[in-house]
Amino acid sequence: MTSTDQQPFLSVKDLKVHFSTEDGVVKAVDGLSFDLMRGKTLGIVGESGSGKSVTNLTILGLHNPDSTAVEGSIELDGQELNGAPEKTLEHLRGNKMAMIFQDALASLSPYHTIGAQIGEVYRKHKGASKKEARERAIEMLRRVGIPQPESRVDNYPHEFSGGMRQRAMIAMALVCDPELLIADEPTTALDVTVQAQIMDLLKDLQREFGTAIIFITHDLGVIADIADEVLVMYGGRCVERGTKKEVLRSPQHPYTWGLLASMPSLDGPVDVPLNPIPGSPPSLLNPPSGCRFHPRCAFAEKVGGNRCATESPVLEITDGRGSACHLTDEQRTEHLADLTAAKHH
Amino acid sequence: MFRFLVRRILGAVITLFIISAITFMLFYAVPRDPARMACGKLCTPETLQLIRHNMGIDEALPVQYWHWITGIFLGREYPGFGHCNAPCLGYSFVNREPVLSTIADRFPTTVSLALGSAVVFLIFGIGTGMLAAVKQGKALDKIASSASLVASSMQIYFVGPLALYFLVYQFHILDQPSYNSFLGDPLSWANGLLVPWLVLALIWTANYTRMTRSQLVETLTEDYVRTARAKGMSRRNVFFRFAWRGAMAPIVTIFGIDLGTLLGGAMITEYTFSLQGIGLLSVKSVQTNDLPMLLGIMVITSSFVVIANIIVDAVYGLIDPRIRLA
Repeated sequence: MTSTDQQPFLSVKDLKVHFSTEDGVVKAVDGLSFDLMRGKTLGIVGESGSGKSVTNLTILGLHNPDSTAVEGSIELDGQELNGAPEKTLEHLRGNKMAMIFQDALASLSPYHTIGAQIGEVYRKHKGASKKEARERAIEMLRRVGIPQPESRVDNYPHEFSGGMRQRAMIAMALVCDPELLIADEPTTALDVTVQAQIMDLLKDLQREFGTAIIFITHDLGVIADIADEVLVMYGGRCVERGTKKEVLRSPQHPYTWGLLASMPSLDGPVDVPLNPIPGSPPSLLNPPSGCRFHPRCAFAEKVGGNRCATESPVLEITDGRGSACHLTDEQRTEHLADLTAAKHH
Repeated sequence: MFRFLVRRILGAVITLFIISAITFMLFYAVPRDPARMACGKLCTPETLQLIRHNMGIDEALPVQYWHWITGIFLGREYPGFGHCNAPCLGYSFVNREPVLSTIADRFPTTVSLALGSAVVFLIFGIGTGMLAAVKQGKALDKIASSASLVASSMQIYFVGPLALYFLVYQFHILDQPSYNSFLGDPLSWANGLLVPWLVLALIWTANYTRMTRSQLVETLTEDYVRTARAKGMSRRNVFFRFAWRGAMAPIVTIFGIDLGTLLGGAMITEYTFSLQGIGLLSVKSVQTNDLPMLLGIMVITSSFVVIANIIVDAVYGLIDPRIRLA
């Protein structure tokens, strides 16, 4: 155990996920690498279509094998998942690795009771009897804070409120005490108080069981709350990585700057307009040449020599920190100093 | 559930009254006089008037309708023709027999035809549709989809004679279509109906294949199906317990209505294979202007559709817990 504790629990190396469609090949994920230790949370940030969700569905092996080509390596606790037989993956899913989806109403079956849906995971992986599974489901519902779990266990999803459904979804993901939990925007559809409760719940569970969590979101506020490390994705690639503090306090990539600038500030004046990143996410069918962000990047001219449009910046990571951008360190420091100055005025 | 049934049955009765009233009024618009036909060649105005009176068609339309309604509960007397026991749906002056007893005679044929072909098309239609959905985009799916497109554009009066020619007359594989009572001899019942079952089921199989496939293709992309996979459920389990469960509801709905319609008589099939069912009876009644018979058939067959609808709604509530029966 002690030796594996030094090893990353999940190690993704040069992951490429390409879909073939009628119009051509969509490069949804194009060379992504990251490591995740036990008991830690990795926040993945990015716009819709940046490849966040695809990455995680691929880790679980839930992509359509007929139309998807997956390259690279996904190692979970030393076990290679890419190309692993379906039976192996079936055994891992819901058991060692579990996923919480965004829209709990659509993601829970309308035809089965909450208790049945939670219990069947337990029965499948732990060989429990119907009665044991039902008791486990009640226990899980209690643990995620659902009142009167003994009677609620027999409800259908449509009889639950939005927050309760999300809790039930979490209970379902956690029923087998998974070691890796992937949460795909689990709080996006919820109001702020429920969101805070669910975040606390996830943190408690992580503290208790040492679960490794991948938290996908486009909400930097949520990242600030839960993540240890942050991975910023753009156009199917990682553009910046680092600890939460590094990425949020001293971001290196213009895209991350844009994300941070587009967030409303609570302590600033109310009438300051939001500052969105111009343009729209790149097409993954025909991604832009060079740096995929360059058509929307305000700093592309600073680099000069049209390098951003021709040369793809290399992601250089040292000690888990790095970004993929042609800007020099001086240019970055200059920009950040400008920002700090502007804030104090 | 009880409240649901009471409400729906009351609604059904009202619907049937409206259907019978409209049909009654439509027939009044037909410029044919059944008394004239019953009167024969030596017809004096007096006898004509007497026959009209005996038939009950010399009165105003609302009164006639009232007599028809009370006849259902009390029975009715047609002097010079005969007695019609309650429930009396009218008296056929062409057959000289209460409408209901003719329909009751023909009914077993139609029921046998409908239920037998329903079993065939449900098994093959849903089975093929499931296969096509599982093998979506593969060769098997393409074959099944195009075959069902061809089959669903077939007509019974084209396929029927072909089947008769090859399966029965040319190669003697199956028996000449005929109706034998199921209670008398189940084997000859099935043998006699096999060709009509297969021919009628062919077109319906195609429809159910396409419907099952498209429903399943849709539910297979549902988020809850993905969740079930993410929980580690096997493909088979996910397919039957999640995807098929969701696809089932609309299929049950359509099937209920289809079965109701089939019980009203498969006119062309019965005609093609000379099976004396409700469908053929209604064709004949139109030809002979047997209006009371047509009214009776109309009421009986529409009550099947109405009852089928109630059953479908009740079953729907069992399939989908989000639907509350009230």
